[in-house]
Amino acid sequence: MSMAIAVAHADSATDAIIDVRSLSRRFTVRSPGGRLRRTKKTVDAVDALTFSMQRGAAIGYIGANGAGKSTTIKMITGILVPSSGSVVTCGLDPVRQRKRLARRIGVVFGQRTQLWWDLPLRESYRTLAAIHRLPGDSWVARRDELIDRLDLASFVDTPVRQLSLGQRIRGEIAAALLHSPELLILDEPTIGLDVLSKERLRVFLAEQRALHGTSLLLTTHDMDDVQRLTERLVVVDHGQMIYDGDLPGLVHRVGAERVMVLDFAAPTPPLEDVPGTRLVHSEPDGMRQRLSFVPGHTTAGAVLASVSARGEVRDLSIEEPDIEDVVRRLYLSTEPYRQ
Amino acid sequence: MSHATSFIALFCAHVAMGFRRWSTYRLATAAGAFTNSVFGLIKAYITIGAIGAAGGSLAGYDAATGATYAWLVQALIAPVNIFGWQELALRIRSGDVAVDLARPVDPQLAYLAADLGRAAYSFIPRGAPPLLVGAAVTGLTLPTSPLPYVLGAISVWLAVMLSFACQWLVNLAAFWLLDLRGVRTLYMAVSSVLSGMMVPVHWFPGWLSTVAAWTPGPSLIQAPIDVVTARADGVDALAIMGTQAVWLVAMLAVGQLVFLAGTRKLVVQGG
Amino acid sequence: MAEALRPYRALLGSRLRAQMAYRRSFAMDAIGSIAVGMFEFAEIYVIFAKVEFLGGLDFAAAALLFALANLGFSLADMVVGHADQLPTYLRAGTLDAFLLRPLPVLTQLITSDIALRRVGRAGMAVVVLAIALPLNDIAWSPAKVGLLVTAISAGVSIFAALFVCAAAVQFWLIEGSEFTNAFTYGGSYASQYPASIFVLPVRVLFTFVIPAAFVGYLPTLVLLDLPGPPGLPSWLGWCGPLMAVVTWGVALIGWRAGIRHYTGAGS
Repeated sequence: MSMAIAVAHADSATDAIIDVRSLSRRFTVRSPGGRLRRTKKTVDAVDALTFSMQRGAAIGYIGANGAGKSTTIKMITGILVPSSGSVVTCGLDPVRQRKRLARRIGVVFGQRTQLWWDLPLRESYRTLAAIHRLPGDSWVARRDELIDRLDLASFVDTPVRQLSLGQRIRGEIAAALLHSPELLILDEPTIGLDVLSKERLRVFLAEQRALHGTSLLLTTHDMDDVQRLTERLVVVDHGQMIYDGDLPGLVHRVGAERVMVLDFAAPTPPLEDVPGTRLVHSEPDGMRQRLSFVPGHTTAGAVLASVSARGEVRDLSIEEPDIEDVVRRLYLSTEPYRQ
Repeated sequence: MSHATSFIALFCAHVAMGFRRWSTYRLATAAGAFTNSVFGLIKAYITIGAIGAAGGSLAGYDAATGATYAWLVQALIAPVNIFGWQELALRIRSGDVAVDLARPVDPQLAYLAADLGRAAYSFIPRGAPPLLVGAAVTGLTLPTSPLPYVLGAISVWLAVMLSFACQWLVNLAAFWLLDLRGVRTLYMAVSSVLSGMMVPVHWFPGWLSTVAAWTPGPSLIQAPIDVVTARADGVDALAIMGTQAVWLVAMLAVGQLVFLAGTRKLVVQGG
Repeated sequence: MAEALRPYRALLGSRLRAQMAYRRSFAMDAIGSIAVGMFEFAEIYVIFAKVEFLGGLDFAAAALLFALANLGFSLADMVVGHADQLPTYLRAGTLDAFLLRPLPVLTQLITSDIALRRVGRAGMAVVVLAIALPLNDIAWSPAKVGLLVTAISAGVSIFAALFVCAAAVQFWLIEGSEFTNAFTYGGSYASQYPASIFVLPVRVLFTFVIPAAFVGYLPTLVLLDLPGPPGLPSWLGWCGPLMAVVTWGVALIGWRAGIRHYTGAGS
């Protein structure tokens, strides 16, 4: 992409931190077929993707495995050159201005470490500060803030290879934030984490956004991440965008069901005819029952009101629709239009 | 089915598995054969140069047989696996070796069988290219009667198994050491000289050939080449193969004992 | 200048500290490294136990040649030797991490794993050099002192460039990365012997395609005032730095193409 286009881009979307236009990336895949013959075929990993992200926004970038999420992120960060179309990140051409961009973004790939496995975090941070040429006095305060807020103090002097997954991810995120980037890109940050670690991380990320106005692009499989951290969803499938909007809109559009799990104080007859719900499961004594309902058709409040009339609810929880399931439904619902 | 036949069937299954596993790395095999051939080129001319400097004959090698020696070394490097392997060491370090212990096969024999499969696969694709290049560039002097090849084939297999038995011991050091790189480098450096891989053992000055004779080194490379080129024939060839066999049995037995000690340590300390 | 180099000082410093942290491993590695150097020299020693001259050089001259070649290679191997493990870096995602940092990828690769443990082999080469120099009858002049110094640095530089070439080619040859060993390690092997023992095409290959002869053999000829074999006039011994520049040129062009291939800009 030429500089001229990059500049034009920056003008047209003044406050966009990411601006993606008709972005495509094709790969040639060789399948080792016969002994001599190898079939080549072209796969569109990302196909004519267009979206723009405002400075300070938080987007959940969703899709099944192989939908093109990582490929998009690689193009946004300058690791991969687009086949066609354009991408402008922080007003820069990611590939041509890779080094300038690197000072302004932070990236964490959940499955791959960017730390030095044989160094403790403290030493990694010192090295990263030097790599980013951070002024000697300012970064120490930033590091201490991150150590404090991410609760790293107890293992900051332990070599990375001895850390648990949760500790390592927190360490990675601190590493990505050390140079106070405008844009933080997280690829599956909570995958494999226990409930407590996930929660701690979400609180931290929300807080960082509030404090520093950091823009956030997040890919995840976890509906709670999306709900807690982002206000906008971009869903891709087979490299194409199939949804751009908020979460309730998405759930509404595919008619995904939420499940209310009810624990009663005393045995209660099966709740078979609560309006707008379907009984998924009832334990033989009726102490715990599960009702599914479609948001939009009814609300959790209305369901709870009708249920309370039939027995004393001691505890309840709501299971959100599985993101893979939502995407699958979305994919099925859009398929006819994509032919 | 008797115990013996079921054992042989199991052993053969492991050999086949080893063969198939290695046959998937075709590009790597081609790359290895290419590198072996380039090194062969350098080695052949060093050998020829040294023999020429010695007046055309050095410890029974003339230019043609000397070059042949160099090319045969390059052909044997991969099957005999002089540069070694570390799969077992990695499994010991990760604790996966416990899985090997739980199997109803002796681990050493199972690994040996898989290694024979690997050697069987590498024999032609890694052995033929250096010999073909050698035949084209310097020419090869090989016996014309069939017997040396028959004996040579047996001797090569003994060398393959002996190399395995030595590497087995190197790998077992992982029970006691955190990092094997130093040990492996040391083994490689020592064995590449004492086996005759660098220069024929017959060229060694007296003290070094005495040292070599007290190690299994010459049985790895020098021995099979002596047999296949008929430098040693008849009783001499059998004596060489007997030496190989004695080393093989000894090293396998030591390997069994050390493995036992290692697993005992594993059990006591819980990995 | 100091500020420009700050990232690399930090990277190198942290690498060295990390390696020294495992002292026993480091000691074992260093011993292994010394052994490699010793046993390579053993090959020369064994040959000269049987012959007086090889390719026109006596044992002292061959030892000098070996020392120059081995010092050049082992120092390059120590600094850049890990570069030919590029497929490992690709598989682990390390190269992506490099691309996400505000530094050139190649300098990050080079500074990512300085192998101090290989110092043993370089030390071995220095010892051989220190013994071989007085054993040879050299008519010293300021020019020859200069030649010795530039030959060693050109040797390091040439092998370092060959490692970078190898890394560049491996962007395409993921599974077949061992191909490049023929030129890096093969070049090192060839450089330890007088190029005069090779037939002309092989001599040309290891002089002008893989500039191995410029590392040890040609400077040795100049130091000892010996004539070169056909095709290799001894004045070429002064041209090591030039060959280093050329080899680095090829290496950098290749590396650039490799990165373009990796990021999907090329082919």
